[in-house]
Amino acid sequence: MTRTRPALSWRRIAEGRLFFPLAILAIILLFDLAFDPAFFRLEIIDGHLYGSPVDIVRNGSTVMLLAIGMTLVIATGGVDLSVGAVMAISASVAAILINPDFLELSRDAAYTFTPLPLVIVLTLVVATICGLWNGILVAYWNIQPMVATLILMIAGRGIAQLLTSGTRIQIFYEPYAYLGNGWIVVPVSLFIVGAVFVVAWLATRRTALGMFIESVGINARSSFYSGINEKRVKLVAYMFCGLCAGMAGLVASSNIRTSDANNIGLNLELDAILAVVIGGTALGAGGRFSLLASIVGALVIQAITTSMYAVGVPANALLAIKGLVVVAVILLLSAQFREVVGRLGTRRSKTA
Amino acid sequence: MVQAVAETQALLSARGIDKAFPGVQALEGVDFDLEAGEIHALVGENGAGKSTLIKVLTGVERPDAGVLTYAGQVVEVRSPQHAQSLGISTVYQEVNLCPNLSVAENILIGRQRRRWGRIDWPALNRRAEEILRRLDVDIDVTQPLGSYSVAIQQMAAIARALEISSARILILDEPTSSLDAHETEQLFGVMRKLRRAGLAIVFITHFLEQVYAVSDRITVLRNGRLVGTFGTASLSRLDLIAKMLGRELTEFADMSKIKLAGRETTVGETRLVAKGLGRVGSIEPFDLELHAGEVVGLAGLLGSGRTEIAGLLFGVDKPDSGTLTVGGKPVHHHSPLASIERGVALCPEDRKAEGIVDDLTVRENIVLAVQAGRGWTRSLTLAQQYEIADRYIELLKIATPSADQPVRNLSGGNQQKVILARWLATNPSVLIMDEPTRGIDVGAKAEVQRLVLALAGEGKSCVFISSELDEVLRTSQRIVVLRDRVKVREFAGEVDEHRLMQAIAGTEHDQD
Amino acid sequence: MLASIGPRLARNRRFAPLAATVSLFAVAYLFGAVMYDGMRDPQVFLNLFRASPFLLISAVGMTLVILSGGIDLSVGGVVALTTVASAALLRAGGIDPWLIMLLMLVMGMVLGGAMGFLITYLRVQPFIATLAGLWVARGLCFWISDDAIPIHNRLYTVLGQTRILIPGLSDPVTKVGAFISIPVIAELTILMVAIFIAHYTRFGRTVYAVGGNEQSARLMGLPVNRTKMLVYTINGLCSALAGIALSIDVSSGHGLYATGMEMTVIGAVVIGGTLLTGGVGYVIGTLFGVLIIGVIQTLIQFNGQLSSWWTPIVVGALTLAFIGIQSGLAARKSRPASSRRTGQGHAATGETALQEGPA
Repeated sequence: MTRTRPALSWRRIAEGRLFFPLAILAIILLFDLAFDPAFFRLEIIDGHLYGSPVDIVRNGSTVMLLAIGMTLVIATGGVDLSVGAVMAISASVAAILINPDFLELSRDAAYTFTPLPLVIVLTLVVATICGLWNGILVAYWNIQPMVATLILMIAGRGIAQLLTSGTRIQIFYEPYAYLGNGWIVVPVSLFIVGAVFVVAWLATRRTALGMFIESVGINARSSFYSGINEKRVKLVAYMFCGLCAGMAGLVASSNIRTSDANNIGLNLELDAILAVVIGGTALGAGGRFSLLASIVGALVIQAITTSMYAVGVPANALLAIKGLVVVAVILLLSAQFREVVGRLGTRRSKTA
Repeated sequence: MVQAVAETQALLSARGIDKAFPGVQALEGVDFDLEAGEIHALVGENGAGKSTLIKVLTGVERPDAGVLTYAGQVVEVRSPQHAQSLGISTVYQEVNLCPNLSVAENILIGRQRRRWGRIDWPALNRRAEEILRRLDVDIDVTQPLGSYSVAIQQMAAIARALEISSARILILDEPTSSLDAHETEQLFGVMRKLRRAGLAIVFITHFLEQVYAVSDRITVLRNGRLVGTFGTASLSRLDLIAKMLGRELTEFADMSKIKLAGRETTVGETRLVAKGLGRVGSIEPFDLELHAGEVVGLAGLLGSGRTEIAGLLFGVDKPDSGTLTVGGKPVHHHSPLASIERGVALCPEDRKAEGIVDDLTVRENIVLAVQAGRGWTRSLTLAQQYEIADRYIELLKIATPSADQPVRNLSGGNQQKVILARWLATNPSVLIMDEPTRGIDVGAKAEVQRLVLALAGEGKSCVFISSELDEVLRTSQRIVVLRDRVKVREFAGEVDEHRLMQAIAGTEHDQD
Repeated sequence: MLASIGPRLARNRRFAPLAATVSLFAVAYLFGAVMYDGMRDPQVFLNLFRASPFLLISAVGMTLVILSGGIDLSVGGVVALTTVASAALLRAGGIDPWLIMLLMLVMGMVLGGAMGFLITYLRVQPFIATLAGLWVARGLCFWISDDAIPIHNRLYTVLGQTRILIPGLSDPVTKVGAFISIPVIAELTILMVAIFIAHYTRFGRTVYAVGGNEQSARLMGLPVNRTKMLVYTINGLCSALAGIALSIDVSSGHGLYATGMEMTVIGAVVIGGTLLTGGVGYVIGTLFGVLIIGVIQTLIQFNGQLSSWWTPIVVGALTLAFIGIQSGLAARKSRPASSRRTGQGHAATGETALQEGPA
């Protein structure tokens, strides 16, 4: 009776979860195609792949990275508003490591005070410590996640500013720029996203961590009774989110070859949260999550932006459309909405 | 209390109330009468149906069958708001007020008197003071409600109930759980005052002395059925307990001794030793020994400390005193995870809050504790998980279309089995079960009890906690009796039924 | 006499956060007055009010929202939209500026109401609903115009430039002396109205109740849904008003105005002693929150050596400190987990009377 083939059922679940964001993405891309038949044209120039789809993926790299970490945090029933600020901190740290005397910048493209691998490692360590801070506030001090991460969100930018004494540090070291600007047929950032995704997937689905995270998000108390250390699970989730934000900060600052404490990652936390929500993970409640679906969610958000440009909509309207799409998606996902629409069809619902 | 007139028309009357939830019949053919000017106690162990009856009376649930009569007219209570407008008010254990607002506001919000379009605060405060003084409460009503003790908050809730809906019936659901002796007396004083004024009060409580202290009549529910309604003065404490637990007390003369179910095989090695283990405010220091192949039953009324003992043995709570030894090794680290590693398992009391993880599948729920015990790195393969899940689904006859059903979709009884499966899968040497038969159908109850005996037969050491004394008697070789957070007696081999009831009731020195 | 101080302090314990905020303001101002000669000019104090109408009006509306337990991230967007829309309408010509202002207020209420509807009846999280509102509002700004639109309108100029001299601090003959502007009068009026609403109307008290415990408020029969809708609508109105004040101040409208304003506004509310979780706080506290931000800005200006980006850092740090203290206190007060299990399985179902299922 219960002998179901494991592989098949897993795929069934994944299908269910992925269906919605993929459908939305498909709709957006089809819409693009209708407007611009050449939308999907890919060209290889100088050994690099170009085209609108590539743009979508490349520009969406930072949000995809953030979304991976954010998925785990939201799955535990929390949220991390500080990822944008952590991006800024990471960018500042990297810049300083490369050019400690940033007030007297060395413009030598081959000069770096710290070797690149060490820059990356140290930056990621700092970013993870930020995540650790958030995790301690939420899991051990029982502070509401929105409030706890708001603290770092506000203070983080200040810290990033302080680190760089308020200046925007230009980074001349060429290999660093490779992270955000390089190409190996496809943009390097895509590989980075892929690598982080694989790490996250292995960590959550090839170990029991994924099940623990979901369990803690659904019912922390029952998880505790079952022997799960819910505090530690939450801590790990926030640390990983910090790590992803650090990676995103590196990619973003590499892209513009600058560490800009004010603007890097600005408002990106909101995009990340949205990507995760579109991907079907429940904000506030937590529980079941799908990393792949969150990545698709990030692509959806980026696709909206890129499509608008490609189709020729003035950048002005872009933000507004984004807002409306968000509302539409949230509504569709909201069980409440479906219920209300259903009820309107039958009788007038009495509300207090 | 003096019955003023012989024929007092019942203020509220319920006849033949049925209410079923998926998988369990919560109420069956229950009758209930409430008269004006009385304090009517409603008692019964958990799962007896008290809560459901109140929900039916207050419009939270609609009965499947039965008739409600209010002040002579047949009524259908459509909603809580409707109940309130009829004059039926309820004050719950967790006071449903706003702790950030002042006491006066909590009592009168929604009905504030206004002067020239603005709220008249002095008048509001004065009125609140007046209302409270009628309840013999004299406090500064301008302070936030949250700054006062639960006792005062309750008074405010009662005041609001009386004021806002000019209540004729006041239902108090476990009002004394958070009160000390003095505050309880104050509450009783208020209740008596309200009774004199003609109010009908339903008093739900598990503290039996309080039932005797203040109520006029007692209604006893058991397993969703009415056991009976009795005048307080004419029901002895022992009788009351017997009725609550379903034991008909036989005549003194042919008092029978019950032989406790026992395997003829000798009891095995000592698995767990608790010496002087206690926790302040939760359970007084107790001694307990558990051996292989035996079932120890914990008997006692609600609030006697059974769940607390389970919590201490399993590591959910840390003890303040005493020692715990498992498998010969002293325990220093108290946590569920450590207990699992030691081979101790707890099937907890509250299925919803402490047991199931409702969005996870049956399979995931079953393997959860095993996986937790292995740590997050050594994960079970999917094939292993299915194997374990299937094994227990079959063993416990869990009714589910597949192992991939979200546990949320199962009936209560089957959910309970899933939780049981979870703990059995950890292959514990000590298994503690806290109310494993609560809220499940009769057939499943029998299965669980059979399972407990089978487990003991396999050499496990079991602790069986249940409010159903029948079940405890049927499955245990030893019975530990708890009363008011203290372990009072231990029975082994044979138990004198009367002695047992007396131990539970605390009337060892009474004659009747 | 002295003996009664203790009890009196205890009785007014709930004003402690407010007292802390006011003292903080006083200390900061005194510090400045001591350090810098220029700060002793009464005009400096009045300038705190002159510089802040749009912040204060917006913060007042936000206070009500936060008191109800919600949050509104759209305020910056609505403010900007108001500036752009009114500038565009003024440029188009032929419409009475008073009418334009009225239209803006209506627009603000509609936007607020829409978000309120999403939050209240469709149960969308306030965070997400108002965030979407922010994007839609800012988007609309740029749809109207990419560049800033200057405002050349007599009414606006009059409203912005008129100096109202303070009697006693100025010379009526030479018309020189300490002065405030008309928007200051407006903001103070709105402040008074908000205080009245919060403490003397049923609506205001329901806002507090909902913020304290929404479920209890419902069980107590209060009109929770209506109140929540209204609170967001009112905040939309305040945002629009703030936008009008801003457009008067800078004589133009642009979609980039008020970027990041949400954080400053929320900061002002939090520093003013209102709990982010809702139910506790005083509108007057927000006034002091805004004043403190103003003092910080003034101090930095007078110092001359610190660049102005220190302002948001200090504000952020203060906000963070206040939030941290609030949360720390709240975390300590929350009941330890094991006390919930008191052997009375009832307690679990006692959670809400409206739970399905048997006891």
